Amino acid sequence: MFSNPDLLKFIFGRLTLESIPYHEPILVATFAAVALGGIALCAFITYMKWWGPLWNDWITSIDHKKIGIMYIILAIVMLLRGFSDAIMMRIQQAIAFNGSEGYLPPHHYDQVFTAHGVIMIFFVAMPFVTGFMNFVVPLQIGARDVSFPFLNNFSFWMTTAGAIIVMISLFVGEFARTGWLAYPPLSGVEYSPGVGVDYYIWGLQVAGVGTTLSGINLIATIVKMRAPGMSFMKMPVFTWTSLCTNILIVATFPILTATLVLLSLDRYVGTNFFTNDLGGNPMMYINLIWIWGHPEVYILILPAFGIFSEVVATFSGKRLFGYASMVYATCAIMILSYLVWLHHFFTMGSGASVNAFFGITTMIISIPTGAKIFNWLFTIYRGRVRYEVPMLWTIGFMVTFVIGGMTGVMLAVPPADFVLHNSLFLIAHFHNVIIGGVLFGLMAGVTYWYPKAFGYKLDPFWGKMSFWFWFIGFYFAFMPLYVLGLMGITRRMSQFDDPSLQIWFVIAAIGAGMIAIGILSFIIQLVVSYIKREELKDETGDPWHGRTLEWSTSSPPPEYNFAFTPVVHDHDSWYDMKNRGYARPLQGFKPIHMPKNTGTGAILAALNIALAFGLIWYMWWLVVVSFVAIIAVAIGHTFNYKRDYYIPAETVSTEEGKRTELLAKQV
Amino acid sequence: MSNIQTQSAEKPQFYLEEDHHPEGSTNLGFWLYLMSDCLIFATLFATYAVLGRNYAAGPAPADLFDLKLVAINTAMLLFSSITYGFAMLQMERGAKQETLFWLAVTGLFGLAFLGIELYEFHHMIHEGATPQRSAFLSAFFTLVGTHGLHVTFGIIWLVTLMVQVSKHGLIAENRRRLMCLSMFWHFLDVVWIGVFSVVYLMGVVG
Repeated sequence: MFSNPDLLKFIFGRLTLESIPYHEPILVATFAAVALGGIALCAFITYMKWWGPLWNDWITSIDHKKIGIMYIILAIVMLLRGFSDAIMMRIQQAIAFNGSEGYLPPHHYDQVFTAHGVIMIFFVAMPFVTGFMNFVVPLQIGARDVSFPFLNNFSFWMTTAGAIIVMISLFVGEFARTGWLAYPPLSGVEYSPGVGVDYYIWGLQVAGVGTTLSGINLIATIVKMRAPGMSFMKMPVFTWTSLCTNILIVATFPILTATLVLLSLDRYVGTNFFTNDLGGNPMMYINLIWIWGHPEVYILILPAFGIFSEVVATFSGKRLFGYASMVYATCAIMILSYLVWLHHFFTMGSGASVNAFFGITTMIISIPTGAKIFNWLFTIYRGRVRYEVPMLWTIGFMVTFVIGGMTGVMLAVPPADFVLHNSLFLIAHFHNVIIGGVLFGLMAGVTYWYPKAFGYKLDPFWGKMSFWFWFIGFYFAFMPLYVLGLMGITRRMSQFDDPSLQIWFVIAAIGAGMIAIGILSFIIQLVVSYIKREELKDETGDPWHGRTLEWSTSSPPPEYNFAFTPVVHDHDSWYDMKNRGYARPLQGFKPIHMPKNTGTGAILAALNIALAFGLIWYMWWLVVVSFVAIIAVAIGHTFNYKRDYYIPAETVSTEEGKRTELLAKQV
Repeated sequence: MSNIQTQSAEKPQFYLEEDHHPEGSTNLGFWLYLMSDCLIFATLFATYAVLGRNYAAGPAPADLFDLKLVAINTAMLLFSSITYGFAMLQMERGAKQETLFWLAVTGLFGLAFLGIELYEFHHMIHEGATPQRSAFLSAFFTLVGTHGLHVTFGIIWLVTLMVQVSKHGLIAENRRRLMCLSMFWHFLDVVWIGVFSVVYLMGVVG
C-alpha cells in the first residue's frame, strides 16, 4: 500500500516525513517539552477526573464570564510562545557579530520574527482585549449575558483554532518567513512556495471569523442590552471604548479577510492580484492590509485606555475628569484611525500631497490622545490616590506612552519617515506604544478585575515585582533600538558587520531578560495568590471601592450576574448607589431565563482546524470532508430550537442568601 | 421607562422588581453582519476599480460581456427578490403553504441566476479568458464569483428554512430567521446592482 506514490500523495498532499523538522535541535527540544507537558496535563486532568467538568462547565459554556476568562488564558499561553520568539531574537542579535552567524540560521530567524509579530498581535493582544470586553462589558451595563451567547462561544473557539493552526506550524512544516503582514510578492507562491504563508493565511482567516463575530456580538450587546436608565452618556468609559473598538473590528476585519482571500487566490489558483506580471499590483495589497492594520492598533489601545480610565477613577477616589471629553476623544480616535493608513508606507512614492495629507491626519490623532492623558492627570490631581498595583501600571503607562506617542509624531513627518522607515526606530516606537500602552493596560486590568473573576485579590508583592521588571526591562530593551534606528540600522536583520553596534544589542538583550523576570513574576503571582487565596479573599464583591456596576455583584458573580436588573442614574452608577442608600433586595426572587450550553462551537472550530490543515498541505479529501461536515454541523445546530432554560427562583434565592451572609460578616 | 424615577429628592429606585426583557438584538446583529459582508464586497469593488483596466494585452470587457445575457440574469435575481417579498407578505398573514410556495419560487429564480452565471463563466474560460489571464480577469471572477457564492449559500439557507417552516410552522423563531434571510437576499440584490453597473455596464459602455 505504501509503495504507491499516487495514493500517498492523495492522502498526505505535500506533507512528507521531511516536513517534520526533526533535524532542528531547538524545535525537537521544544516539541519534547510541549509533548511531555501536554501528556502530564492530560494525565493530571484524567487523575482529577476533570474531563467532564472541563467539557460541561468550560468548553461548552456560553457564559460570557467563563468565555472571557478562557480568552485571557489563551492570551497568556500565547504570550509565553510569543515572548520565547522575542528572547530568541534578542539573543541572536546580541551574539551575531564579528563574522559569527549566531545560533539561528536566517531561514529560521525569519520564521521567528514573523511568528513573534503574528502571535503577539493576533493571539496575545486580541484575545486579551476580547477577553476583558467579554468579561467586563455585560457586568458593567447590568446585563445577564451578551446578545448572542452561542456565537460568543463559537468566536472564542475560532480564535483558539487559529492559534492552534499557527502552533502546529512549529512542528509540522514551517511558518511564514515574510514578516507579520506577509507583503507580496515575497509572500506570493514564487518566492514563498512552502507551507509557511499558507499557515499564516489560514490561521488568521479562522481566527478572523471569530474576531468579526465577537465584534458584532459585543456591539449588539452594548447597544441593546444596557440596564434601564443607562443612556449612552451614562455608560462606563471602558464600555465606551469597547463599543468603539468593536465598531472598528466590524469595520476593518472584513477587509483583512478579503485581502487574505485575494492573496490565497494568487497562491492557490494562480490569479494576478499582487503578482509582478499580467497587471498585478503588490502595492494594492499593502494599501488594503494597512486599511485594516492601522485601525487594528486602535482596536488594541482603545480598551486599554478604557481600563486606565476605570483604574484612575477608582484609585483616585474621584469621578473621572472630563467624562464627556473622554467619550468624544475616543470617538474621534476611532474615526481618525481610518484616515492614516498610508503613513505605514510614505516611501511608496505617492507624492508630496498625498503624504502630507496622511502625515497631518496622523499628527491630528495625537490631539484627542493628549486630551485623554490630561484627563487622567486631572483625575489624579487632588485625588486620594491609593498606590495599588493597577495604579502603578497606569502611572507607568502614562510616562511610557507619552514617549511612544512623541516618537510616533516624529515618524508621522514624511521627510523624517524617509530616514526612519523600516529601521529599528520604528520597532522601538511601536513596542513603546504596544507594551507601554496595551500591555500595561492589560496588566492593570488583570490585577483590577482578578478579584471579581475569582473571588480573591492577586498578591501585591509579586504584582509589584512584575511591574518593576516589566517597566525597567522595557526601557533597557527598547531605548537602545531608538539609538540604533537613528543610526540607520534596519529591522529583521539576523547578523551584523559593525562591531561597534553590539553593545546596544547586548543592552537590549539584558532588557528582554528583565522582561522575562517580569513575566515569571506574574506567573509566580498567580500561583502565590492561589495558595494564599483565603487570606486574599474578597467577600464584599467590591474590593477596590469601585464605581461601576460590576462591583455591585458578588465576586465571582453568580451565573446570572444580577438577581434583579439594576436601574442606572449616573455614569458612576455603583458609586451613586452606595452614596444614595441602595439597599440590596433580599426577597422576591424570580426564575431567571438563561441560554443553555452547547458543544457546537468547539466542534465547528475543530472542523475548521481540519479544513485549514487540508488546505495548507493540499490534502483535498480532508478539505472536502471537513467543509461538508462544517456545513452539516452548522445546519444541524439550527434544528435545535430548545436553547434556553430557567434558573429556578429557589436557586437564585440560595445564591443570594449566601451573599447576604458574607456581607453580614463584613459589618 | 416611565417607571424610573430620575434624580429626585426621595430615595431613587435602583433595581427593577419585575422581569426585564431587553428588546431583541437579532435585527441589529444581522444588520451589522450585513455591513461587515458589505465591506468584503467593498474591498473587492475597490480591487476591481484599481485592477479592472489591467488587461495585460488580453481580452477587455467589451470583448467578453454579453449584455443581453446579463440583463436576463439580472432580471432573474430581481424577480427572486420580489417573490421573496411575496413570501414575507404570506408569512405576515400566517399562511404557511403560500409562504413555502413563494420561497420555492425564489429558490428557483436563484438557481436560474446561478445557472446563467456559471454558463457565462464557462464560456469565458472556454475562450481563454481565465482568472489567471490578467489582473482584470482575476478581479472580475473574484468579485462576481463571491457574489455567486453568496447566492449559493443563500439557496442552501433557503432550503434549510423551508424544511424548518414545514416542520415547525411559522413560529416566532422561524419568522425571525425568514426575516434575516430576507435581508440577506435583498442585500445580495443590491450588491448585484453594483456589479451590474460597475462591471458590466461601465465595462461595455464606458
